[in-house]
Amino acid sequence: MLLRTAWRRVATAAPAAPGPRAKPPIRGLRLRGIDLTPQSAVASDAAIALEAESVLRPLYMDVQATTPLDPRVLDAMLPYLVNYYGNPHSRTHAYGWESEAAMECARQQVASLIGADPREIIFTSGATESNNIAIKELEAAIQPDTSLVSVMTVNNEIGVKQPIKEIGQICSSRKVYFHTDAAQAVGKIPLDVNDMKIDLMSISGHKIYGPKGVGAIYIRRRPRVRVEALQSGGGQERGMRSGTVPTPLVVGLGAACEVAQQEMEYDHKRISKLAERLIRKIMKSLPDVVMNGDPEHHYPGCINLSFAYVEGESLLMALKDVALSSGSACTSASLEPSYVLRAIGTDEDLAHSSIRFGIGRFTTEEEVDYTVEKCIHHVKRLREMSPLWEMVQDGIDLKSIKWTQH
Amino acid sequence: MAAAGAGRLRRAASALLLRAPRLPARELSAPARLYHKKVVDHYENPRNVGSLDKTSKNVGTGLVGAPACGDVMKLQIQVDEKGKIVDARFKTFGCGSAIASSSLATEWVKGKTVEEALTIKNTDIAKELCLPPVKLHCSTSLLIPTPK
Repeated sequence: MLLRTAWRRVATAAPAAPGPRAKPPIRGLRLRGIDLTPQSAVASDAAIALEAESVLRPLYMDVQATTPLDPRVLDAMLPYLVNYYGNPHSRTHAYGWESEAAMECARQQVASLIGADPREIIFTSGATESNNIAIKELEAAIQPDTSLVSVMTVNNEIGVKQPIKEIGQICSSRKVYFHTDAAQAVGKIPLDVNDMKIDLMSISGHKIYGPKGVGAIYIRRRPRVRVEALQSGGGQERGMRSGTVPTPLVVGLGAACEVAQQEMEYDHKRISKLAERLIRKIMKSLPDVVMNGDPEHHYPGCINLSFAYVEGESLLMALKDVALSSGSACTSASLEPSYVLRAIGTDEDLAHSSIRFGIGRFTTEEEVDYTVEKCIHHVKRLREMSPLWEMVQDGIDLKSIKWTQH
Repeated sequence: MAAAGAGRLRRAASALLLRAPRLPARELSAPARLYHKKVVDHYENPRNVGSLDKTSKNVGTGLVGAPACGDVMKLQIQVDEKGKIVDARFKTFGCGSAIASSSLATEWVKGKTVEEALTIKNTDIAKELCLPPVKLHCSTSLLIPTPK
């Protein structure tokens, strides 16, 4: 109920560009944008904007790349974008004080999601910056040998969950720092930095339905983990990351974490059901489909499937109504297939045939069904066009053929 | 006769591959999904997908590429007594550009003699489809198999 009213408020709050109204959605494709007329701050451009038409946009099934802003997060951020615009480090007036209060509240929200103390959370511009700070600590480390172990909590390509608790145990017994990039895991699976003996953790805002351009790094205080600052300046964030903290963005990150904490169990159940539906329907209708990644230790919202004898990029082109991603070489700028798939020992031809389906908080059953239907239809069509499929149907073993290299 | 034909076939295929100028693949900053509409057209309405009878004396079959590279193309041509290509079929395991390149190739070789068809270069195909530089290797796997 709250979600729908918040969304409606957002929709009506959009600047009133007098363009053509959005058409009612066609069955199977929900209109996600409001109106694609380019918004311009200059009033005279409004006339040009009139000519742009609203267009149906693809379904969004790429939540590992980024997530839409949760309307509740936007609600929390708006006052700090419009009214409460003070610098949180200003000590001498109410604008600074109210900004600072919001920043500390957000810090508490992030900390409580991972079982940390708020003093252990430093805001950054994103998980990449957090990773850099954590790894740079390697140079400041005391131990001669291995001084830092860095592991991803949930892999962004195949959704595999790493055994963080066990790794934390080993690191703590060997007195080695343990860093984890939890960008895909925070707010989706339960994390506790003390239970899992994590010393450093990277958090990304835009992977958990928060704003882009913000993240955080968790740095353990007991026992103290020393890090070296990447950027120096006015000494903000305990000297570990100078620069004015962007209040609206961190308020958004805090709100996203709080919402995630509330919704984690429900989201996980719903996403698991949708994922199981997607996999079951595809596997039932198509032979020779392989799921990449350990099926047991797996986050359900990230499904990576290889469709044998069909090349990934051609399938992506076929599924142009759905925003997806592929581990295929053609879609990366280099011609190399995904290093993750190669590392888990996937055959190279299957690595070229993989597609990643992302299911998130706002994915509907209808969207999943539509995606599955299109996927099955196009895989069958592409297999008809594939010489490999033809050879397999004729009973030829593809591994016995000496292919020409070029 | 059949054995000699098969050998000539393979030699013709490799000759064409070696002849085709290889341009270095460069990294592209533009997203790979911004396809030219010609590529999309060939992909959505591919011409001449399928197979000809490979046991027939008038049909030449060429198979090039490797699944490990993400590119496998099969091209078949049917030739009449005068050496003119009367029909062509293709099947491709590859990206959209590879499929479009093969589809266009089958369109172009129809009606030409084998000698004329051998003059088609991968750069011609790439130019017609407006392929970005990084996709040039998809059109390189062009081959013209010759029967008998």
